[in-house]
Amino acid sequence: MFSFKSKSRAADKSDKIGRILVFVYLAMFFCFLVLPLFALMSKSMQNAEGVFVGLENFALYLKEPTLFKSFFHSLFVAFVSTIIVVCLGFLYAFALQCTCIPFKGLFRVVSLIPLLSPSILAAIALVYWFGNQGIFKEMLLGHSIYGPIGIIMASVYWTFPHALMILSTSLSLSDARLYEASDALKASKLRTFFTVTIPGAKYGIISTTFVVFILVFTDFGVPKVIGGNYNVLATDIYREVVGMQNFQMGAVISIVLLIPALLAFALDQFSRKRQASQLTSRAVVYVPKPHRLRDNLLLCYCLLITALVFLMLGMAQFGALVKFWPYNLSLTLKHYNFEVAGLGWDSFFNSVRMSLYAAFFGTIIIFIGSYLIEKMRADKSLRDILQMIALMPMAIPGIVLGLAYIFFFNMKDNPLNFIYATMAILVINTVVHFYTVSHLSAITAIKKLDNEFESVSLSLKVPIYKMFFRVTLPVCLPTVFDIFIYLFCNAMTTVSGVIFLYSYDTTLASVSSIHLDEQGDVAGAAAMAMLIVYISFLVRGIHTIISTFLLKRTQAWRNI
Amino acid sequence: MENTVSYLSIENLSKSFGKFLALDDVCIDINAGEFVCFLGPSGCGKTTLLRCIAGLEVQSSGTIIQNSEIISDLPTSQRDFGIVFQSYALFPNLSCFHNIAYGLENLGWEKQDITKRVDELLSLVGLSDHSAKYPSQLSGGEQQRIALARAIATSPNLLLLDEPLSALDAKVRVHLRQELKNFHRRLGLTTVMVTHDQEEALSIADRIFVMDSGKIMQSGTPEDIYANSSNPFVANFIGMTNFIEGQVLDEDSIKVDNQQIAINSHSHKKGTKVIIAARPEYVQLAEKNSSNTFVGRVVDVEFLGSFLRIHLETSIMPDQPLIADKPMIDNFSKSVAIGDNLNFTLSPNHLNVYECDN
Repeated sequence: MFSFKSKSRAADKSDKIGRILVFVYLAMFFCFLVLPLFALMSKSMQNAEGVFVGLENFALYLKEPTLFKSFFHSLFVAFVSTIIVVCLGFLYAFALQCTCIPFKGLFRVVSLIPLLSPSILAAIALVYWFGNQGIFKEMLLGHSIYGPIGIIMASVYWTFPHALMILSTSLSLSDARLYEASDALKASKLRTFFTVTIPGAKYGIISTTFVVFILVFTDFGVPKVIGGNYNVLATDIYREVVGMQNFQMGAVISIVLLIPALLAFALDQFSRKRQASQLTSRAVVYVPKPHRLRDNLLLCYCLLITALVFLMLGMAQFGALVKFWPYNLSLTLKHYNFEVAGLGWDSFFNSVRMSLYAAFFGTIIIFIGSYLIEKMRADKSLRDILQMIALMPMAIPGIVLGLAYIFFFNMKDNPLNFIYATMAILVINTVVHFYTVSHLSAITAIKKLDNEFESVSLSLKVPIYKMFFRVTLPVCLPTVFDIFIYLFCNAMTTVSGVIFLYSYDTTLASVSSIHLDEQGDVAGAAAMAMLIVYISFLVRGIHTIISTFLLKRTQAWRNI
Repeated sequence: MENTVSYLSIENLSKSFGKFLALDDVCIDINAGEFVCFLGPSGCGKTTLLRCIAGLEVQSSGTIIQNSEIISDLPTSQRDFGIVFQSYALFPNLSCFHNIAYGLENLGWEKQDITKRVDELLSLVGLSDHSAKYPSQLSGGEQQRIALARAIATSPNLLLLDEPLSALDAKVRVHLRQELKNFHRRLGLTTVMVTHDQEEALSIADRIFVMDSGKIMQSGTPEDIYANSSNPFVANFIGMTNFIEGQVLDEDSIKVDNQQIAINSHSHKKGTKVIIAARPEYVQLAEKNSSNTFVGRVVDVEFLGSFLRIHLETSIMPDQPLIADKPMIDNFSKSVAIGDNLNFTLSPNHLNVYECDN
């Protein structure tokens, strides 16, 4: 299969451990990513009795106009949301990076708040604002919020921080010399904006477009809560699988969902590669100069966005506290009993536990995996395969991964069948789903380490695993902390990955929120969603305190 | 020298990366206590050779024997050496003290023994005050000395230096090269250094191995390889050389452009095409009609401080100017101007003759 060069050297103990670990990682990736996807694909080509029928299910899918229409619905909402988010995000990033407005730090924090809430929170808040009993229902001029309008508005809210992060980075890299050259050539401010700023951020804009498109195209929570009768691919999968027990059609739609996502992912990777080469000759950092009109206008804009973020959060919280919207607005905590779902607070604590496990084990697994890929000496071809597989999860929609897990782990003759319907499968699914971003930041941190550390260590007779704990890990600690909190927040808020995988004992907060909404208890859903926001805030706060303390001790060498 | 048993022997060592042959049947003997340099242009295989000795690369074939023991199949961690890399590879999160103590701690030394040893090493490299500092607080030269102290902390019997001076400023480099030499004199540690800087190699090494395309082109003392380069590559790489093409007439003269150059006896057959190598400092400006004298027209004069470099257009070197170096004494420069015709002599004692490749 793979060619191993026969090496006459007796391998070091460190080499042996490294090689064993590489195989362990390959095995893990196969069991928890490749084989489940394979199971999904083979399911899509079987009939209900499990007999292979080729592409018959796909033909059936194309003949079903209601199903096929969802594909265009998904495309439409993703397309419109992407355009809106890229424009809004660019303007916001521009205000933060290229102007002299005050309160930049505050605006940055505010813009990242949606990351701490589940995507459904925005949908719930919108129901309170514009729903059948919403305050501003009339503003929609007779259109219903349940449908594309609601999906797009909620999607814009929750994908905004993702867009902002990429756009800010690309604008922060703008080269001051180009602005000086443009000034020297007597170009107007507007002309400079279109000839220097926009082209400089070109790749950032392209990348944002792909990322936001994938997020909205594959999202499940928002269309589930506010989509009404407007079906999209992700909700179709859910309905086929949970509502109609038609697993084959669920698998077919999953593949229909997977292909555009893979395509967008591939295009994004391609454009990122070209960007990397552009950044090498980067030199002088651009420092903006005050410009009254521009700064004042953008300050108003940022305040507006901030207000919208708080209006969303505030409405969700308010809705969770009032007795009976909109007739009895006196406050109560009764919606926090979560009686409708019949589980009380269990699902909330399950979510916290699941997120802590995912963050803890995920961080360890991802960091060691990145280290192996980046610094091991032997088995180059195997490490390349590992690297390739580690990038895959980014392209795979959560709901597709979740469905793939059911097909694979629910098979009777699968020796891994025992993890089905346990906490473990939720943790594994979550780690795999959010693997790529963490993996890439770990790789970036590890790449900065001198390539000869391992050689020096071996020459001093210190095994590499000892050096890993003495040098590699302490030096990369800030990144390790970032990965932990990234995994935690995503595990708390994720819906699509785990919607098929929880059992009665392992319900999760985000899933409960959806079920509460499904059963008409919107206030309960809002209460649960807000709990997720608060716990994310809390854990992030604790994380900041601990990491500041620990980093002060371990990173003293940096600040000298 | 012939009586001493060599400490490190490399026998028929080859290493290929895919189709690229990085080391081609290399044979080397290094004596105990010697300071040797592997010298060559980038890509010549010198670093690969060093890494093979360290076990960081695995040879494709051949044997390495250190202290009468075959080590070529041992992993890095079981070989006896200390190494300093071009980047120094100091651990950024450990203080100088802990960088140096790194290897000792793993050997299970007592705390006070470690402290004693590290202090000893710090004073040896002259950085006793810097014990608690982090590498990023030190200058390049200081970092290099800490890396050196770390490399010898566990008292290895062989020190490997991979371009240790390349990352430094020119002045610091010259200074540290002197320090390295003193260091070696004091400790008597067998040392192998890789460098592409011929001046560095000439000034520091007991013996130099000049390498090109994975082969050892010549080995010997610095004086020896400079004065008696055994092939045109070495003659050209070490110092500066004029190459004059000609054809053997008889055993003490060579025909060049219908003229004759007298040389000391050589072993090439009559009619062989050869290259004569003449160092610029041995090109004498002379009166007319002495033997081995030729005429050249001055096309350029470079003032280089202690000497003057004169470029001469001459019929015996039609492709490029012949270069003659003259010490700057007695206001010599005033007597040379572009366009002048000068007579110059090639002294037969200082000419080397090589057979032409093609």
